Amino acid sequence: MINYTLKIENLSKWFGNKIIFYKVSGEWNKPGIYGVAGPNGSGKSTLVKIVAGLNSQSAGKLEHIVDNSPVEPELWHNLTGFASPYIVLYDEFSALENIEFIFKIRGVKANYELANELLSHFSLYHRRKDPVKAYSSGMKQRLKIIAAVMHSPPLIILDEPTANLDNEGKDRVYEVVEKLSNDTIIFLATNEKHEIQMCEKTINILEHKRD
Amino acid sequence: MEKAFWLFKKDIASELRTRYAINAQVMFIVVTISVILFSIGNEKITNYLAGGLFWVVVFFTAMSGLSRAFVSEEERGTSFTLQLIASPSTVLGGKLLFNLILVFSMNLIIAFLYSALFETFVIKNLPLFITAFILGNTGTGIAATLIAAIIAKANTKGTLYPVLSFPILLPLFLTLVEVTKQSMDGSTFSDVSPELAVLVCYIGIMSVAGFMLFDFIWKD
Repeated sequence: MINYTLKIENLSKWFGNKIIFYKVSGEWNKPGIYGVAGPNGSGKSTLVKIVAGLNSQSAGKLEHIVDNSPVEPELWHNLTGFASPYIVLYDEFSALENIEFIFKIRGVKANYELANELLSHFSLYHRRKDPVKAYSSGMKQRLKIIAAVMHSPPLIILDEPTANLDNEGKDRVYEVVEKLSNDTIIFLATNEKHEIQMCEKTINILEHKRD
Repeated sequence: MEKAFWLFKKDIASELRTRYAINAQVMFIVVTISVILFSIGNEKITNYLAGGLFWVVVFFTAMSGLSRAFVSEEERGTSFTLQLIASPSTVLGGKLLFNLILVFSMNLIIAFLYSALFETFVIKNLPLFITAFILGNTGTGIAATLIAAIIAKANTKGTLYPVLSFPILLPLFLTLVEVTKQSMDGSTFSDVSPELAVLVCYIGIMSVAGFMLFDFIWKD
């Protein structure tokens, strides 16, 4: 297992005159579930997108550190897994093809055993060869979670991971999250009370607002 | 490089299933060449004009399909997915390879149809024309890929692409028209060495600029 730390210092984001969040700081190096809480539109997704390298911050410092050395932003994608309702997979391909392309494009060793295990766990194994466009929104959400965790990254970011899921689907996600949290840092951006209660520590975005 | 090749394979597989770019480009080639043929009727156009029109068709065919590499990712919402699984250099490498294959395939079709349908399109120095054709396709592919990445996030992609491409591709196409003219006259390689040097430099500059700037273009 790699020695991984996520460090953010005074991270701030604003769009024009509107401050989304101001001076968020923290350091995470122990496996566990950590929360990002706040109501809709508060900036949870913006914060986790910045952590994943999808957006840039307006001010502050963000570092993904491996073995005490900061990793270049070009390589962050293999340290993180990210699932959210606004991530879209290639719907002309089947689940298996999506999984294969993601492994190969990432350039990581493909772990099809884990991918198949996850497909079975999320009840997608029997539909693995069907094109994703034929999936329901809940099935797509489950596949996105598989795509986010199957390369075993040290940091997994789940932004509203149970959106579009029924109760059974939610339970399956919680089981995977609990299991992975033994050796992975998991960021859970959510406004569901039950999910916030699962977190060891939570960043409340509302505490980082400024007029 | 292997990662870029897999992204290219993903794009080829996606294109063969969705036909985003291929259909648009093939239809464009057929329509444009038909319009040119109808408009000249029984008139006999000069070989210089035929050569110039050849590159006009190449330019607009490129404009009709090469932006799809990035625009389709943006329109379908998969560009975040791509950012999450690949480094910017992998994305540029894969998309560039896809566009180069596409531009070469389409331009080969144009060259074939042109040779068959325009009797004044006669090249006396074929190796020189083939060299210009290869350099021209490479330059077009690189420049068009970079511009596609720039316009992909804009609201008016369709209009912006040819407008932004025109000044960037103009030096390339002016040189290509000149080399084509020379190859029709039977000039030798040494006669057009300055033009060939311009084409090589254009490719070099666009490649270096692409790999240096793509990081900034690709992220928000």
